[in-house]
Amino acid sequence: MKRLALPLCLAIGIVGSGARAEEGLVVPPVEHVATLKECGACHLAFPPQMLPARSWRKLMADLANHFGESAVLPQATRAEIAAYLAANAGDAAISKHGRLFMRGIDATQTPLRITQTPFWQAAHEEVAAAAFLSDAVKTPSNCAACHRAAAKGVFGESEEE
Amino acid sequence: MRILSAIPSLMLLAAGVAAAATSNPARDAILAAFAAEAKQADPAFAGFSAERGQAFWTTAHAGGKPDTPSCTSCHTPDPTREGQTRAGKQIAPMAISRTPDRFTDPEKVAKWFGRNCNSVLGRDCTAAEKGDVITYLAGK
Repeated sequence: MKRLALPLCLAIGIVGSGARAEEGLVVPPVEHVATLKECGACHLAFPPQMLPARSWRKLMADLANHFGESAVLPQATRAEIAAYLAANAGDAAISKHGRLFMRGIDATQTPLRITQTPFWQAAHEEVAAAAFLSDAVKTPSNCAACHRAAAKGVFGESEEE
Repeated sequence: MRILSAIPSLMLLAAGVAAAATSNPARDAILAAFAAEAKQADPAFAGFSAERGQAFWTTAHAGGKPDTPSCTSCHTPDPTREGQTRAGKQIAPMAISRTPDRFTDPEKVAKWFGRNCNSVLGRDCTAAEKGDVITYLAGK
């Protein structure tokens, strides 16, 4: 029952929180097909704006050791996704929200986790560490556990807890 | 509540699919290719085994990455249940009775065995190992 109840809440959440969502952080949703398919197979296809291009390049260069797993891709797919991520990265010219996420990242740093960035850490300062490790969330990289509409680029204040 | 009341009919539907799921031409072709490869590697190869597949599935293997010692690390020991990636995303059950299109797309099969065998065992799986696992999951 629990598993069914959850998507139900989710549906209501999206419909009901339209106004609220506009108050929160909204980034362009990831629409790049290969990125959605390949990155999204294991986790939210994270918005490229949230890391600098050098981070995406480094990350995509070592998919055999991707945060403790192999996430290898055929070379052409890997290159296509890497190019998309770099072109839309936080420090890319066309990035709309990049400046916000790049705040506090030194030019000499290449963060590989969005959760390591000063913006992310400041935004989640008030969230108890235990909440991230709960069964429902499991890890801070599980954005959508709290930001129900994360896949649509909506990262407003969570309605839960 | 309307969603909840739909569960019994969904379960009936799933049962119907399960009965039809055991044989699938695309999966049979994938298994046949692994069988040919296994035979080439070992002339004594005498077919796949669901028992060996189950043992492989549940074993904590050595040589892989520390966070993923076993298939069960993400897929749980019961393949009819949903699994969860380490990043928290749900994985549809691997049991063919629950997810009938498992192991019917050769590219997908190659991609995920390629990744996961290297995560779990630190090497590619042999054709015999892959065939055993598919045979085990096809019977689940």
